[in-house]
Amino acid sequence: MAEYILQARNITKKFPGVLANDHINFDLKKGEIHTILGENGAGKSTLMNILDGIYYPNEGEIYINGKKAHIRSPFDSMRYGIGMIHQHFMLVDTLTVLENVILGLKDQSFFINKKQIANKILEISNRYKFDLKPFAKIWQLSVGEQQRVEIVKMLFRGADILILDEPTAVLTPQESEALFEILKKMKSEGKSIIFISHKLNEVMEISDRITVLRKGKVIGTVNKDETNPVELAKMMVGREVLFRLQRKPLERGEEVLKVENVEAYNDRGIKVLNKIGFTVHRGEIFGLAGVAGNGQKELAQVITGLRKATNGKVFLLGKDITNQHPLVIANSGTNYIPPDRLKVGLVPNLSSIDNAILRRYRKSPIGSGILVNYKKAREYTESLIEKFNIMVPRIDAPVKLLSGGNMQKLLLAREISENPALLIAVHPTRGLDIGATEFIRKKLLEVRDSGMAVLLISEDLDEILMISDRIGVIYEGRITGIMDAKDADVRKIGLLMAGSTEEESATVH
Amino acid sequence: MSGAHHIVLIALFSAAVQSGTTLLYPTIGEIFAERAGILNLGVEGMMIMGAFFGFVVTYITKNPYIGFLAGVLAGGISALIHAFVSITLRGNQVVSGLALTIFGLGFTNFYGQKWINLRSPVTVSQMSVPLLSKIPYIGPIFFKQDALVYTSYIVAIVMWFILYKTKVGVHLRATGQNARAADAMGVNVYATRYWWTFFGGLLAGAGGAYLTIAYAPFWLDGMTAGRGWIAIALVIFAMWDPLNAMVGAYLFGGIDALQLQLQAVGVTIPSSLLNMLPYLLTLIVIIIATLIVRVKHISAPKELGIPYNREEK
Ligand SMILES: Nc1ncnc2c1ncn2[C@@H]1O[C@H](COP(=O)(O)OP(=O)(O)OP(=O)(O)O)[C@@H](O)[C@H]1O
Ligand SMILES: [Mg+2]
Repeated sequence: MAEYILQARNITKKFPGVLANDHINFDLKKGEIHTILGENGAGKSTLMNILDGIYYPNEGEIYINGKKAHIRSPFDSMRYGIGMIHQHFMLVDTLTVLENVILGLKDQSFFINKKQIANKILEISNRYKFDLKPFAKIWQLSVGEQQRVEIVKMLFRGADILILDEPTAVLTPQESEALFEILKKMKSEGKSIIFISHKLNEVMEISDRITVLRKGKVIGTVNKDETNPVELAKMMVGREVLFRLQRKPLERGEEVLKVENVEAYNDRGIKVLNKIGFTVHRGEIFGLAGVAGNGQKELAQVITGLRKATNGKVFLLGKDITNQHPLVIANSGTNYIPPDRLKVGLVPNLSSIDNAILRRYRKSPIGSGILVNYKKAREYTESLIEKFNIMVPRIDAPVKLLSGGNMQKLLLAREISENPALLIAVHPTRGLDIGATEFIRKKLLEVRDSGMAVLLISEDLDEILMISDRIGVIYEGRITGIMDAKDADVRKIGLLMAGSTEEESATVH
Repeated sequence: MSGAHHIVLIALFSAAVQSGTTLLYPTIGEIFAERAGILNLGVEGMMIMGAFFGFVVTYITKNPYIGFLAGVLAGGISALIHAFVSITLRGNQVVSGLALTIFGLGFTNFYGQKWINLRSPVTVSQMSVPLLSKIPYIGPIFFKQDALVYTSYIVAIVMWFILYKTKVGVHLRATGQNARAADAMGVNVYATRYWWTFFGGLLAGAGGAYLTIAYAPFWLDGMTAGRGWIAIALVIFAMWDPLNAMVGAYLFGGIDALQLQLQAVGVTIPSSLLNMLPYLLTLIVIIIATLIVRVKHISAPKELGIPYNREEK
């Protein structure tokens, strides 16, 4: 019994309309890294939230060190030594690192003993080479640093069962590597870790054992050494998954998008686009690689009219669209998959129908005069759902209840159904499972083959290399190099992403 | 400047502090409720409850301090209605707050009939603070006041300290900014919100009670006259900070005091304009406050007015 530090027995959790966890049995050994794999909506986060006390299961028991545990709130789980890093960070952005670390701790004195706490934070931070500043505000930190605050928070509480829900989804490859070093170190110190990721190469690198969930049920638990990515993918999806995509030879057509010397500022008033220029042609996917925060987001906003260009010009099919109203730009043939599907792409509290018709309700047949023809709207939505194989609890349920992959499919369906000349896709597969990722990439290739121009902005180098025809690298708001995909490799792009020029990276080559 | 001018000005400023005290208590109270994420538009209603019970209990017991406590409690109990609707039932906070205001005004109108125009037999006495009251200008304005004014200074300072320097303050700020994160870290979001909404009511009651016990020791129907609304506007003006609230409260207390002094020296102001004054002031406060807040990049607690439900996606 003592071999297992945590055991979940028959955990069942129902949400209105979904059985998120269906009699799940799961064991965590002391000192192991145990990965939970599963498609979007398989129930991974739900199970973790139950262990952390955020959700309360309808059925089932949890045992810690062989003894039944009563977990009814995150405060309870903390007492059992469970600490969780959530898929969406649980940090209060207006508070300091220190304040976030002590948040909720009952054993703190009424007056905060800043010095003593800061020292303890620094001690943990130094042990793992984090370089955290206890008095910095959370909003001032990068995503990677915020994640380290989350880790410190758990260690400060003395957690010895650590749950990390998709920690690498928001990290750059370098940051992910650093995280893995930390996890290995924690494991060597005897901590037990539950890890969630959709990236099979990461899973193969870090795990000891892997449990696969599908539709709320456990499909099986395997040892890392006795399995491989192909088998895991099959367990997860229930069919073979293609790791390579078929593509037709490039038929590069006329110039669709031309960006010329564009400059723009970010929300904090810092110049983030610096005389950037490139073109995208009909029938090609132009992949723009770069480390997050080098102006990618702002570039997409300038092209779609959501941010003012302070200098330079944007042409669509030869027509100047610089700083036009977003609706004008959309109507002249640009569609957009924004990086944040829940904040910009979709309206979370509206139904699939309302979200699906956002591009169409102004026009006949869905719009008729000042009214919306909901019969037509429903039919149209149903056709999208069928064509793109989108899983919805009910067609009129709010889209915030869909899984990430299904939200993204709905968004993609809405945007490419307008058959635009230009499609801008920013991080189109972030956080998606392998099935959905494969689906989205296939669709992008499909629209390329049909003659659309695609601007793909992504931090995922594998993705850029896999589906682009040409690759540009953005660094500090400039293009540091453009090359044909067949001449590109991870090393070369990596150097450009870090700021060296094309000539420099060519000589290193 | 001649001595007479002097005295007039000091009297004016001193009255500004007293009038400001009726605003300071409720403003601080509302700051703390809003910091926890609860928008309570019932301040006017809680104040008038405090004013009424404060007056009646003072009248009966002939002890203004017992009266004050009764007013404080009346405000707190009224706030619990709002807490129940907005935290437990997860109702709409705007609607619930407005209902509370209407309830308070209606309740005191009904039960206040027989007290109208009665004068309080006692009031709180002035006490000079040794040493401090000797400081030129500052002394006579701030330190020749009554105990309830001094209490409000202490409340402002202590609450500032609690907000920024203590564990309780961290829990409070986290709850209004990101309730989910606070909950995940083991803060009891519901208890935090209940307590600070109740606290907001206590202080709203204190503001009302100060009005009928010290500032204008008699009872008139609807005598809070829009002060609750000004307090709500002052919360923004103060940028959710109890010390800034003092500045705002005395500034707007000063306008009120000035208007009374003008009437006293015979300047006639049309009564329709007078009736409009509190609302006009509220509007002015909101406009000024919004501008300041924008320039300083400060924003309201992010989850102000949003009910929290742990299992909701
Ligand atoms: N609070 C909630 N209310 C209603 N339904 C929910 C809630 N949380 C999750 N669900 C539903 O339960 C199912 C499982 O969701 P869960 O978040 O556990 O999936 P997941 O495996 O973590 O997926 P992903 O890889 O996208 O993070 C989904 O259908 C989801 O829509
Ligand atoms: Mg999840």
